[in-house]
Amino acid sequence: MTSFRGRILAGALTLVATAALAACGSKTTDAASGTGVSADVSGDTVKVGLLNSLSGTMAISEVTVRDSIMLAVEEINAAGGVLGKKIQPVSEDGASDWPTFAEKAEKLISQDRVAAVFGCWTSASRKAVKPVFERNKALLFYPVQYEGLEQSPYIFYTGATTNQQIVPGLDYLKAQGKKSVYLVGSDYVFPRTANKIIKAYAEANGMTVLGEDYAPLGSTEFGTIVNKVRSSKADAVFNTLNGDSNVAFFKEYTSAGLTAESMPVVSVSIAEEEVKGIGTQYLTGQLTAWNYYQTTPGAANEKFVAAYKAKYGAEKPTSDPMEAAYVAVHLWKAMVEKAGSFDVEQVRAAAGGITFEAPEGTVTVDGPTQHIAKTARIGRIGADGLITEVWNSGQPITPDPYLKSYPWASGLS
Amino acid sequence: MSTVTAPTGRTPDPAAGGRRRNLLPGAGPARAAAGFALGAALLFAVAPLALSDFRLSLLAKYLCLAMVAIGIGIAWGRGGMLTLGQGVFFGLGGYAMAMHLKLADAGPGELPDFMQLYGQLDELPWWWRPFASPWFALPATVLLPMAVAFGLGSLVFRRKVRGAYFAILSQALAMAMVILLVGQQGTTGGTNGLTDIQGFFGYALTDPVNQRMVYFVIAGTLLALLLLARQLIQSRYGELLVAVRDGEERVRFLGYDPASVKLVAYVVAAGMAGLAGALFVPAVGIISPAMIGIVPSIEFVIGVAVGGRATLLGPVLGAVAVAWAKTALSERFPGGWTYLQGLMFVLVVAFLPGGLAALVGLGRQRGDDPDRRRWWRRRRRQVPAGVGTTVPVEGAGTPEATDGAGLAGARTGVTA
Amino acid sequence: MTVLFGQLFTGVSIGAVLLLIALGLALTFGQMNVINMAHGEFIMAGAYTTYVLQQTITGAGWSLLVALPVAFVVAGTMGVLLEVLLIRRLYARPLDTLLVTWGVSLILQQLARDVFGSPNVQTRAPDLLTGNIALPGGLTVATNRLFILTLAVAAVVALTLALRLTPLGRRIRAVVQNRDLAAVSGIATARVDRTTFFIGSGLAGLAGVALTLLGPIGPTMGTNLIIDAFLVVVVGGIGQLKGSVIVAFALGVLQATGEYLTTLSVAKVLVFVAIVAFLQWRPQGLFTLRTRSLA
Repeated sequence: MTSFRGRILAGALTLVATAALAACGSKTTDAASGTGVSADVSGDTVKVGLLNSLSGTMAISEVTVRDSIMLAVEEINAAGGVLGKKIQPVSEDGASDWPTFAEKAEKLISQDRVAAVFGCWTSASRKAVKPVFERNKALLFYPVQYEGLEQSPYIFYTGATTNQQIVPGLDYLKAQGKKSVYLVGSDYVFPRTANKIIKAYAEANGMTVLGEDYAPLGSTEFGTIVNKVRSSKADAVFNTLNGDSNVAFFKEYTSAGLTAESMPVVSVSIAEEEVKGIGTQYLTGQLTAWNYYQTTPGAANEKFVAAYKAKYGAEKPTSDPMEAAYVAVHLWKAMVEKAGSFDVEQVRAAAGGITFEAPEGTVTVDGPTQHIAKTARIGRIGADGLITEVWNSGQPITPDPYLKSYPWASGLS
Repeated sequence: MSTVTAPTGRTPDPAAGGRRRNLLPGAGPARAAAGFALGAALLFAVAPLALSDFRLSLLAKYLCLAMVAIGIGIAWGRGGMLTLGQGVFFGLGGYAMAMHLKLADAGPGELPDFMQLYGQLDELPWWWRPFASPWFALPATVLLPMAVAFGLGSLVFRRKVRGAYFAILSQALAMAMVILLVGQQGTTGGTNGLTDIQGFFGYALTDPVNQRMVYFVIAGTLLALLLLARQLIQSRYGELLVAVRDGEERVRFLGYDPASVKLVAYVVAAGMAGLAGALFVPAVGIISPAMIGIVPSIEFVIGVAVGGRATLLGPVLGAVAVAWAKTALSERFPGGWTYLQGLMFVLVVAFLPGGLAALVGLGRQRGDDPDRRRWWRRRRRQVPAGVGTTVPVEGAGTPEATDGAGLAGARTGVTA
Repeated sequence: MTVLFGQLFTGVSIGAVLLLIALGLALTFGQMNVINMAHGEFIMAGAYTTYVLQQTITGAGWSLLVALPVAFVVAGTMGVLLEVLLIRRLYARPLDTLLVTWGVSLILQQLARDVFGSPNVQTRAPDLLTGNIALPGGLTVATNRLFILTLAVAAVVALTLALRLTPLGRRIRAVVQNRDLAAVSGIATARVDRTTFFIGSGLAGLAGVALTLLGPIGPTMGTNLIIDAFLVVVVGGIGQLKGSVIVAFALGVLQATGEYLTTLSVAKVLVFVAIVAFLQWRPQGLFTLRTRSLA
């Protein structure tokens, strides 16, 4: 086959073989042709998937979520399991890499045949796995606050959507008489979408946005941005930075002589765990917007905090995404038991109206959106690293991922 | 470009010493053909029958990475250019394909979903428009990366930026590309990338049958690229490329222009990476900056190093092996698999420089990297070579290690 | 005016951070052609050293000063271990050091995750280093930045003096300029290499201590900065320190200016374009060691 002709022949054969096999494709465009893989519930256990980044840049946040899910699984198993079956968790590492998330989601669904998957943190990882879950008609419980504008039939969103976190945060600033804000965020979907909402809100509510800056994810150089923030003389800063960038931002912010008194910062991605990583000397007095704090009163929370610390160590704090993940597992259990089956469609049908006495207070699953009605809470970071509530919405806010009930947001979605 | 005289498409003259460079160890043409047939049988018959839909789609993904590896094998293994920015070309090809598929999904005149959500655009940006046509988008998946490689390559090679300098520069290119893509969220999807691709030229990707079809297209393309690479390596140009790797100045003295020789290999590697990226999109259904940056770019190269950089099949096997190991290890040890991955890189690269190919004795070829001799037979070197600026920083090839004593003497004379 | 000064100072301090990281690389990459991707993890080791010292010895902010020499030794020792166990075998294949040390950095990151936990940890900075100094005219200078600038300048001065005046420095320079000649003149080049690696990695440890004042302390803290630092060394030209010094500050100011006028993303891309353009003009970097090499 050294002859040129021989090689041409080989090449041609390859192409023909490829074309022939490729022609077996089916042109059916019927959207419903996707085959659902049903969960394996034949034994006396039922598998659930845990999909979190255990390595890479996002591991700093996602490992604690995995820990929290494991706690919920253990609690449920200790109480007899779900429909008489013990839960068997299967953990996979998304490795902070979106295609890996998609690969692992597929693996959990088609190889392990799990009944539901809990996990994902970044919007990008959720967007990457969304088609996988929709194609396989499998369930994902997503436990992190996010940018809204999404409603997949196969995802339950147990974190806050924008009208349960960002809008209340803005309401609070407005009530405090803040007239101008500066927006700082990481360069990805959540901050950019959040800031779009903030700008629409500001326009409708007589606030001015003095500037808007984005840093690449993982960026730790904030000298310039803080300079801009300081010279803007804004009344407050709305901070949608994620992960490591927050540490650098607040260290720089403090060095520049800015404080919670002179220019408060409202953060939506800093929970107790992050406070520990940044250092209270840089954060004391700053504000956060969440639905849960370790200090949130109530018996359910006391039990959750005690159980978590007993399992993982007294110095480990609990935070909103951890709580949302913990709630997700319990909600799934309640849905399955109401449906009397692990079948995805039956679970979905049973979901609406399910309530759970969560550590954050009573939460209710909103059937149509598959989001959760949650109470918004604004907190202030204390010198002890804990966050104490300074304001709450009084009652759970009905989720509105597309902000349809807010006239000022009509141009957004 | 003036002095490249080697026609790239020519077969070597069998009379001229019967260049024994083959797919398989000590293989004659017949065994090469047999090896090719075996590979085709494995890919087209055994794998589809033996693997589940899920594993087959993973294999499709690995094979895409293997295509990138073929290109790196040429540029680095044969040409000595350590390209740590192949992710850029992979991404360009992937984005070109994904842009077309997104537009096809949206339908004529409609905007892709993410633009409506995040970009709030009323109409398609001008640079998206041509991608609506498959006649533009498909060639672009290969030509766009090649054009970028040509632009950058002709700048840096002509100025003799090479060795570590080139490696770091190509790495910085990957970083810059990611930052650029992430910053333009409304039109590129930002960190999310382009996701949720539903159709592939009219075939619904949700259907397992069509996933299988995509696999066959990928496997066929891989085999075709292997043939192309073999052709290239065996041509006079291939000889010249190895000569440039092992002694750029000597080639220059012979009247060739090393910059052009390197440029061709770099551009070809970029084209292969682009094609791989384009096929990755229907196989995985997503392309995002996460596939472009520094980490995936290094992982591409490590696959090649693990497999055996200067051989033809080594990079392919290495890329598949590394990707497979990553999947298998992370499934078994989700908490600690990076230890094993890191250890694997360290052990193979440090103690088995010829890669897995050297273990099984694949392709003992003239023009191969001399370091590929089995490690226990290698001469222990006392004095570090390639140190300071006084000795050229070569790519994979280390001529000092095997050049005759006479030449080493001459070199010392030059540097002293 | 305040903004201009603020930006200039920001640029200089970005440059100082880059310089602290690049100094060690200028030694290991410049002298030995080793592309040490694990340099970032030595930075991490320095930062975690600060954390551990604060946890075990004293909670006071001034443990930072204790941490400086300790981190130098810790990171330096790790560097020597790496050199002895792996890199020594790879001097003939400089580009392979990149791949091997990449594997090492993966292992070290996971190790940090298992030992210290995945989330970031915090150290308490001395109160003096969290504020700023007011200058006349409404100008302010952040004290942590000033500290890092001082540290970087001190490191450069110390290193330059050591290279010029001490016998060790003379040996290092001899090896950089002509390894073979140095070897036949009786210099134990292997030992010089090891010492150089100790110093280079130790400098990464210092950088790690300094970075606790600015950024996160976590398993992946080193990876973000390492590419920029390599660019500094490449553009500065290897074999000498002055190139790296000039380029670090130039890139810092360029990035700060670019970021102020546009955005951080655009500024990063601008810096890359500027580097490619610069290498067109001077492909071997700003300063090159003159040799009669043909390479």
